[in-house]
Amino acid sequence: MKALRHAAAMSMLCLCCGVAVPAMAAKSDAPPKAAASQIEIRNFAFAPNSMTVPVGTRVVWTNRDEEPHVITSAGKQFATSPALDTSDTYAVTFSKPGTYAYYCSIHPMMVGTIIVQ
Amino acid sequence: MRDLDENTSNSRRQFLQCMAWAGAGTLWLMQGGVLRAQALNGQGGASAADASFGFVQISDSHIGFHKAPNMDVASTLRGSLAMVNAQKVRPDFLLHTGDLTHLSRPDEFDTLAGIMQEARVDKTFYVPGEHDVIGDNGAEFFRRFGEKQQAGGWYSFDHRGVHFVGLINVLNLKAGGLGSLGADQLAWLKKDLAPLSASTPLVVFAHMPLWSIYPEWGWGTDDSAEAIGLLRRFGSVSVLNGHIHQIQQKVEGSITFYTARSTAYPQPAPGAGPAPGPMKDVPPEALHRYLGIREVRHVRGTQALALTDEVLS
Repeated sequence: MKALRHAAAMSMLCLCCGVAVPAMAAKSDAPPKAAASQIEIRNFAFAPNSMTVPVGTRVVWTNRDEEPHVITSAGKQFATSPALDTSDTYAVTFSKPGTYAYYCSIHPMMVGTIIVQ
Repeated sequence: MRDLDENTSNSRRQFLQCMAWAGAGTLWLMQGGVLRAQALNGQGGASAADASFGFVQISDSHIGFHKAPNMDVASTLRGSLAMVNAQKVRPDFLLHTGDLTHLSRPDEFDTLAGIMQEARVDKTFYVPGEHDVIGDNGAEFFRRFGEKQQAGGWYSFDHRGVHFVGLINVLNLKAGGLGSLGADQLAWLKKDLAPLSASTPLVVFAHMPLWSIYPEWGWGTDDSAEAIGLLRRFGSVSVLNGHIHQIQQKVEGSITFYTARSTAYPQPAPGAGPAPGPMKDVPPEALHRYLGIREVRHVRGTQALALTDEVLS
């Protein structure tokens, strides 16, 4: 009886959550600009998660989450962003080749890599 | 007799879990690490009369957040504090388990500090959430709300025979990791607990859960096992956290773990949906069912803690 009630409460909650989170919208294939690359932050993840770009590329992160995020270089190779609220952007121009690992300093399970060639 | 007690406590535990999921209020009783419960009434009733003292936990007020499902997080925090003020038995103090603000902005800290003055309590203890330490590693938070006992911000105090420990697990987070206590804090904790007898009731609080609720969403603390190891010799330990904006509880020997609701907005159950974050489509009239405060009463003589979760109404 009690177990049943538990199961019912759980499935109710799951239903609510299922409705709460919209499916990720399919992105249109925008033509890539010569010197700028976009990274979207959505559902606590960087997309694309790994990116290879030529030297001199300006990488722009845009936060599409309701939660703020903070772009932080794992090896202090570039300056940390301020708190990015919804729709805020942060840009870094990579002028030296190398592998740049980064993460969100307040949600550290969010990790990404930029390879500059 | 012992068997009977065990069965009763098990079925109550299942019942409690249901209540937590459904968002109803529950009175939690902790006795020697075993959880018991009573139906909640508005003011705590008979349990309040038996208690030698009580305190209230609030969490995750996220001042500065202004989106669905809660456009006015200041007023829901005020609602929580009004409930605190309405208690027949005045709590000895408040505990805020972090994420006071959404973005660590000075004006958000100002607003929070102003609203907290509405609580008719003598003292509020705070620990920071990851939202409170953005950009300055918590300097502004600690300047305004810190206990200033230790350089790292952690602290402890004794209140009517119960030893309270406030831990910081939202700083120096490593890429790919979870919450972190760090070697310095763990060394301090060991020293802090060393002189205490095993019969001293402990209440340990921090923002991020000190148990692995759902590491995939960052809901845990990397080195919490070392801290928990230091708590195991004690007969009555309650670990209070915030961060996940919902009630979850676990009993592990004499240690009972609880996470609190937010005064601002609910988050989905672990793994329900692609990511954590606000549950956006909770209708305004239903929001109050997901928000709340937690009151803890220490029952005289029995070293039991009664934990009461109340929702806003």
